[in-house]
Amino acid sequence: MSKAKEVLLNPLFNDNPIALQILGICSALAVTGTLYITLIMCVALTTVVTLSNLFVSLIRNHIPTNIRIIVQISIIATLVMLVDEVLQAFDYESSKTLSVFVGLIVTNCIVMGRAEAFAMKNGPLMSAIDGFGNGLGYSVILIIIAIIREFIGAGTFYGIEIMPLTTNGGWYLANNFFLTPASSFFIIGFTIWALRQWKTEQIEEPEFKISKNSLETEKRAI
Amino acid sequence: MLEAYLSIFIKAVFIENIAINFFLGMCTFLAISKRIQPAIGLGIAVIVVLGLAVPINNLIFNFFLKADALFPGSDLHFVGLICYIGIIAALVQILEMFLDRYIPALYNALGVFLPLITVNCAILGGVLFSIERNLEFTESIVYGLGAGTGWALAIVALAGITERLKYADIPEGLQGLGITFITVGLMCFGFLSFGGISL
Repeated sequence: MSKAKEVLLNPLFNDNPIALQILGICSALAVTGTLYITLIMCVALTTVVTLSNLFVSLIRNHIPTNIRIIVQISIIATLVMLVDEVLQAFDYESSKTLSVFVGLIVTNCIVMGRAEAFAMKNGPLMSAIDGFGNGLGYSVILIIIAIIREFIGAGTFYGIEIMPLTTNGGWYLANNFFLTPASSFFIIGFTIWALRQWKTEQIEEPEFKISKNSLETEKRAI
Repeated sequence: MLEAYLSIFIKAVFIENIAINFFLGMCTFLAISKRIQPAIGLGIAVIVVLGLAVPINNLIFNFFLKADALFPGSDLHFVGLICYIGIIAALVQILEMFLDRYIPALYNALGVFLPLITVNCAILGGVLFSIERNLEFTESIVYGLGAGTGWALAIVALAGITERLKYADIPEGLQGLGITFITVGLMCFGFLSFGGISL
């Protein structure tokens, strides 16, 4: 059972799809304006990646290698269409806000990447767990970004007013920068920095080592 | 008439840049932006594929999938996604074979990037946007080319900056991906300033 636990929990911090594998970043940036929308997106993606891993794994021995990408894409596209229809049926407002980004789960590299890298080689149960774990890893980063953006940008947490805005007679002047998409780049950048200070083995090697400047060398000589 | 097309083009390149303002194709955008040369190759490939995929999918939508398009009462828009992605995959494959046969120089230059483009969300995103906005056929050609140019512009600019940054003294944890994100964030400010242009 420990293998299953490892497969489930590894993508959370050790091998995070967004922070380390550089997968699925498009939607991470675009849908993190409010926590509610982000949660919907996370549920949608986790569902798709879990099920697609499961189904790809079930038929992995019958897929000819040459056309595997097409087979995977059709499975994923079908699942995404189902999720999209369900969302439009039950929460039409949110589906309008998310606009094309639910459809874009089709080309979300997390889904394709996991199908190709894990589900093609492992059994159905493990693949489903791996998909779920990667969905969670994606969700963790998205939720962190969404909480920061919503809190500073609008003074609310999940739509509940925490810091009353000046426009409503309160004391907090909203920082509009955090409502612009640009802010999510900085938040992800700094989240990655924080994560790598904690898990130092994730630090990338620089291409060039900068030599100590003459001043520092002299100081050492003295 | 020409003005309308020009404004769609300028809008797609600068004001609603598909990479910077909608974050599409980010994965490739961040992964292939370490050198200028491959960035240019990928940029051209994206312009070509977007310029073809957007109008073709626009035709498919208008003649097959739209409500009442095939016969009165038909509505196939729910199979849209699977059609678009299938067409993009087929298009990339055909383009690859065509280039291999007739323009080998370009084929070699593009190399592995062509197949990668199938799963680049910039392409599917461009297609979905053009359909969501109800563009006409000619408009969609201009939009496709414009969106591609915008994406290419952004990736070449980022590659240029990253190439310079390799000599910079960056904190350990920010090395690589972290600093790239912050650079793109700053570029985003630059592109936000185009938002003031009224067309």
